[in-house]
Amino acid sequence: MDALFTQAYMQNALLTGTIVAVLAGLVGFFVVLRGVSFATHALAQMGFAGAAGAVLIGVDPLWGLLVFAVGGALGLGLLGAREHGRDAITALLLVAALGTGALFLTLNSSYATAAFTLLFGTIVGISREQVWLTAALALGCLAALAALYRPLLLATVNPELAAARGVPLRLVGVLFLVVVGATAAATVPTVGALLIFSLVVGPAGAAVHLARRPLTAMLLAGAFGLLATWAGIVVAYNTGWPVGFLISAAVGLLYLAARLADGRLTRPTQGARSTAATSIDGRPAGTAPAR
Amino acid sequence: MTWLGALLPPDLWQNEQVTNALLVGAVAAVVSAALGYFVVLRGLSFAGHAVTDIGLAGGAGAVLLGLNALWGLLTFCVLAAAGVDLLGERARERDVATGVILALALGCGAFFLYIGTRFVNEPYILLFGSIFEADAGLTPPLALIGAACLAVLAVLYRPLLFCSVSPETAAARGVPVRLVGLLFIVTMAVGVAEAAQVVGVLLSTALLIGPAASAMYLTARPGRGIAVAAALGVMETWAGIVLAYDSYYWTWPVSGKGWPVSFFITVLALGVYLLARLVRPVGRRRGEHRPPAVHNPFPEALA
Repeated sequence: MDALFTQAYMQNALLTGTIVAVLAGLVGFFVVLRGVSFATHALAQMGFAGAAGAVLIGVDPLWGLLVFAVGGALGLGLLGAREHGRDAITALLLVAALGTGALFLTLNSSYATAAFTLLFGTIVGISREQVWLTAALALGCLAALAALYRPLLLATVNPELAAARGVPLRLVGVLFLVVVGATAAATVPTVGALLIFSLVVGPAGAAVHLARRPLTAMLLAGAFGLLATWAGIVVAYNTGWPVGFLISAAVGLLYLAARLADGRLTRPTQGARSTAATSIDGRPAGTAPAR
Repeated sequence: MTWLGALLPPDLWQNEQVTNALLVGAVAAVVSAALGYFVVLRGLSFAGHAVTDIGLAGGAGAVLLGLNALWGLLTFCVLAAAGVDLLGERARERDVATGVILALALGCGAFFLYIGTRFVNEPYILLFGSIFEADAGLTPPLALIGAACLAVLAVLYRPLLFCSVSPETAAARGVPVRLVGLLFIVTMAVGVAEAAQVVGVLLSTALLIGPAASAMYLTARPGRGIAVAAALGVMETWAGIVLAYDSYYWTWPVSGKGWPVSFFITVLALGVYLLARLVRPVGRRRGEHRPPAVHNPFPEALA
């Protein structure tokens, strides 16, 4: 067990996991509240396509990740902001990005194993420089989230009131998606497109069932993410099983447990107990067909 | 006519792989378009995409157990669809429930891949598709399952449309809204799994969402919309296959390397959608800037 904390690569893994889990939990709270899980999934996968393209033209994959994830966020925000069929454009941008990624992979055949890593993540083999880079990018994302916090929260829970107060709803929505894209770009190289998605959606999805205040929910989401990540890394260290599987399994269990604890596994009732759920009840979540 | 000769070389029609791909692609496109119309109408695009990704994990698991990948794919898809419907009654909760189930399934996929190392190339084939390598023997079962999906859809058609457009009124009229929703999502899972098995996960999502979402902008009437979606889907698929075939002769940027067919079809699906949105005859005629998905295309049902 001592080796777990003294070996350099395990230290790097734990440090990166910690940074990513906290960032994902905080961003995830708004992802869940705004119902943009699909966009998050799409942005992470778009980053994967961008990384493949960057390798093809011989630049650092991180630049490809950033350009595709942030560009994808802008595209989603601008094309989908006012559309009720927002998830249709998300799906189309996602498949077009992945199709382009497939083209990049075909044109550059040497890249297949690295692409696999970008999809499923490898938490071992992270260098200390990557840890610092992830930390710096994560700090940038957190600063942007902190600056957006109040208008974003108001625009999410009560868009009419926010509009009346002069909050630019569309701009706030687009900026938030850009933060999600940057989060994906910062974390995909170390933890993989799959894992960042589970860490963004799962812990926050569990937290909004248990917490009654936004800040509590955000902190709880970060804590859940940390718990799942550390448990996943430790078990992976001892068994050699893929860390992506262990963390997503832990996150899935946490989500189910939170829903059971909230007492509405299958039947969400009116007057739900959690603040997060009731506060947006009056608003169609963008996908409900209107009359 | 040299450009036409370059676009449609004579040996195109003699190539058995190409003709098989055109046939299989058309079947997948028609079934996906009909299902996709309701997927877009009900805001189920995420679930429609997630179900195929989840099926990918199922396929990997089935191969690991020495079973037919198709059965693993189908089982996982149907279970996932039922899980999404059960856990996510409201739209917002469905979004999160879909996400968590998807993450869990992808994690399982990583685990199956870790155990069965011989399977490493398979996810690429399933994800990015290999319509040219589609087994000709798969065409009859694909057509059969596709026809079954269309038959269920035909039976469900009126109540499903009613529930999708106006769930409260449908419930008040005694339509079993939840049952209809569950039946539809399971039908969708079967159809999508079938398409994914042949054309790949990526293309099955592109064909499910792209043509249907484009058709919504071109016509407000559901029956006509499904027909337009099917026609667009078949055209996108065929154009993509022909272009992918041509690309083997392209010399830029590297010669002798065919471009993947999934690239062409997904980009065409996005392009056609953006074009339809730009044209948007439905909105312009009515002087409104809402997509027909929120417009009631079925006014007599409410009369």
